[in-house]
Amino acid sequence: MVVISDILVQGAQMLLVLLLAPLLTGFVRKVKARLVRRQGASIFQPYRDLLRLLRKEVVLADNASWLFRVTPYVTFAAIWVAAALVPTFATGLLFNWTADLIAIVALLGSARFFLALAGMDVGTSFGGIGSSREVMIAALAEPAMLLIVFCMALVAGSTQLSTVANFLGSSYVGLRVSLGMALVALIMVALAENARIPVDNPATHLELTMVHEAMVLEYSGRHLAMIEFGAFLKLLLYISLIVCVFLPWKIAPLGAGSLAYAVGAGLYIAKLAVAGFLLAMFETATAKMRVFRVPQFLGAALMLGLLGTLLLFVSRSF
Amino acid sequence: MSAVVLQMACVAGLLGLAVLAIVLSRAKAATAIVYGATLVLSAIALIGAIRWLLGGTANATDLTLPVGLPWLGAHFRLDALASFFLVVVNMGGAAASLYGLGYGHHDPAPHRVLPFFPAFLAGMNLVVLADDAFSYLLCWEFMSLASWALVMAHHRETGNARAGYVYLVMASFGTLALLLAFGLLAGPAGDYGFAAIRAASHTPYAATLVLILMLLGAGSKAGLVPLHVWLPLAHPAAPSHVSALMSGVMTKVAIYGFIRVIFDLLGQPTWPASVVVLFLGGITAVMGILYAMMEKDLKRLLAYSTIENVGIIFVSLGLAMAFQANGLKLSAALAFTAALFHVLNHSFFKSLLFFGAGAVLTSTGERDMDKLGGLIHRMPLTSFAVLVGCVAISALPPFNGFVSEWLIFQAVLQSPDLPQWALKITVPAVGALLALAAALAAACFVGAYGVTFLGRPRGVAAETATEVDRYSLAAMFILATLCLLAGILPGPVIDALSPVAIEILGGRMPIQANEPWLSIVPIAESRSSYNGLLVMVFIAISASSAVYFIHRFASRALRRGPAWGCGFSDSTPAAQYSGGSFAQPIRRVFGTLVFHARDHVDMPAPGDIRPARLRIELHDLVWEGIYAPIAAAVGYSADRLNRLQFLTIRRYLSLVFATLVTLLLVLAIWS
Repeated sequence: MVVISDILVQGAQMLLVLLLAPLLTGFVRKVKARLVRRQGASIFQPYRDLLRLLRKEVVLADNASWLFRVTPYVTFAAIWVAAALVPTFATGLLFNWTADLIAIVALLGSARFFLALAGMDVGTSFGGIGSSREVMIAALAEPAMLLIVFCMALVAGSTQLSTVANFLGSSYVGLRVSLGMALVALIMVALAENARIPVDNPATHLELTMVHEAMVLEYSGRHLAMIEFGAFLKLLLYISLIVCVFLPWKIAPLGAGSLAYAVGAGLYIAKLAVAGFLLAMFETATAKMRVFRVPQFLGAALMLGLLGTLLLFVSRSF
Repeated sequence: MSAVVLQMACVAGLLGLAVLAIVLSRAKAATAIVYGATLVLSAIALIGAIRWLLGGTANATDLTLPVGLPWLGAHFRLDALASFFLVVVNMGGAAASLYGLGYGHHDPAPHRVLPFFPAFLAGMNLVVLADDAFSYLLCWEFMSLASWALVMAHHRETGNARAGYVYLVMASFGTLALLLAFGLLAGPAGDYGFAAIRAASHTPYAATLVLILMLLGAGSKAGLVPLHVWLPLAHPAAPSHVSALMSGVMTKVAIYGFIRVIFDLLGQPTWPASVVVLFLGGITAVMGILYAMMEKDLKRLLAYSTIENVGIIFVSLGLAMAFQANGLKLSAALAFTAALFHVLNHSFFKSLLFFGAGAVLTSTGERDMDKLGGLIHRMPLTSFAVLVGCVAISALPPFNGFVSEWLIFQAVLQSPDLPQWALKITVPAVGALLALAAALAAACFVGAYGVTFLGRPRGVAAETATEVDRYSLAAMFILATLCLLAGILPGPVIDALSPVAIEILGGRMPIQANEPWLSIVPIAESRSSYNGLLVMVFIAISASSAVYFIHRFASRALRRGPAWGCGFSDSTPAAQYSGGSFAQPIRRVFGTLVFHARDHVDMPAPGDIRPARLRIELHDLVWEGIYAPIAAAVGYSADRLNRLQFLTIRRYLSLVFATLVTLLLVLAIWS
């Protein structure tokens, strides 16, 4: 019975992230529109977009290779697996021990690796410019992310996300300077990784100003749907990660009753809504920065992560 | 037959083959005979070494040959550390031989390669087996000279003569450092056997000097920054299967020497030594991969990436030293096992990538990435194998590169237990350097693969490329499979490495074979665990179910059309992103500091029809700051001393007299 309920919880979380991801993006878009006094599309518009893209034919560039056609699925799968390993409303996932936080970061790295290769596959300048800028951002965001992971792992004594969430949620951790630094750094990395303002603009359609969108410019139809879906999932993943580590209240522990699960799920959606609202507020209030100021932005995240980790290393001896 | 005799018999076979190859080398079948025989001999030695390592309980076996110094003889010994490195050497040797069976036929001058190839393999085997300082140095020199001869195989190509010269100078310098190190280790009594050195106690002063000398000697062969300058010149100059051996295996033999002396012969390491090793490793990793990013020659890029990986291995060894010095056996075993795992992994994927570069070179005649492109259509199998290698070297799950880097990160996370302040500050900083190097490696290999294999062909050579022969493909696919297997089944590999950790450190990682579902658990499951197999299965299931659902329930329509060019679509292939333009963002971020990089744009005036030109100015600060002044000083003093050649006999006699007086004076003051 325990195994069955574990499988159910794991399966429910996997489906939940899949179902909620477009809704979150729709919600952020809607709030952004309302904040600038536009009506905005329905919050269910991303679902309609995905369905429309799925029904359309794929227009493939003449010299696109098999790699270009495989990439959308590989990317989507890697992000989905990563997202399924982040506790949303319940910790103690069945396959929690499959991959720890470092592996989740690396899985997202795999997704980006293939996407950046696909950007170069057709051989246009737009794909190239997108890919080269994406890997530049990644080359700074990934080490920053790893240092944040170090920071959290040193506090919790584990790199297993469920253990980290349980530790930070249950016992009295208190206000730690290094955790604060990690949170700020994590938010900065999350903005960069999800191609949000101020690093990249998800809404722009001027090719030269965009990074992520330029990289996937050649994609269409169901391929584009998979990539868009991957992007939605990634945003949800990062918000879930921040929420489960820094706001782990009422996440149902292993073997909790169905009431705890329901409370956890309800609160999780509420937390997502708050985070999405804050994201929309932030994006409306800031302007996109020049691409070569991004290294300074991410360098700051890297330094915050390093500083937080150093503080933990140093403070252990006391 | 004892295990060490089997290994020595294989070595003898290789040496005999080298002599035979001199006789045969002009014959037509020579290539097939020599590579076939090295394949068989390496495979036998490989199986012997693996059986020894998996046997677990076997004791080290010795062999003394009555050659070398008359009062010493030549000692050879097979223990766990040696057998692990014999696995690496002979795995690389077997793969390179298999590749050579196909690749060797394209060699313009086989008689310059065939005799030295088995000799090089024999030399590397002997270094690992040697059990006294004299044999060690002799075999080391033999290995260096054999590889030098292979570097000079195509001596008429531009740059190769210089590469050979720089290599020779650096190799002599390295051997000099090793000679002094062993001299110090043997002490005034002068017992050069490793057993005697191990038993003797060494003063801290001598131990520090030995560490510095080993970092110079073994470090220069392995490619530690700033001693790496010869490596990106020499490794690519050799034929590609030899490049694979030099990068994938010979650097590991140097690392073997470092481990043998610092961990084994010198006894307990000290923590200040580990700080030096950690910093050198971290800087080497980041510098190596930044150099690689700036490179547009495919083989040189791979050579620079070797430097990065050597840096990663040294960081891990430095961590092992720090833990061992503080008596943290479990963490030391974790860091040490991670280092050995990365040694194994790097020998797999670096050999694979050099084979891929060799395949590209055979089929297009080009090493310059900016003249390639679109090879995925014309060399589908090669590009698939190389893609696996690129993913593995970029440390992405579920391949093997990720596992060893993951283990190293886990070791970094163990280090708050260290009591020393210097280490507390060093380790997170080095961890950050390591994370940066890993991320840059992924960026570098996206660029390298994207420019070489994807996009549109940038020239006739790339347009008319064809797939390479079956032997080369077989070698590449075997290595690609090994990359995947070591990535999804890391548990057995870690268990196989435990005898080495027990022998060197006296501790080991927990047994992984008992973990459910083939997970790996470095310390405890609540701390961290990873399961490459399940990660791969999950990715495969979710990707295939996505494919199934979409093709079943949504559209399957597909239409080919021209690429979207935003209204200007008839651009030439030259308008694609090249290696240089792909690296431009990273060059702007890191290059201005590290390489003093400047972009010079020569924009013609309006109405002028000459093309605009972009010139990139890069400075190799290590070369300009260290080597160029030394070379200039040597040249200058040689010029000055040259005058002494044309003196009269009277002046020579007075010079001799003055020297004699000075020496006597020194002696008088000294005593």
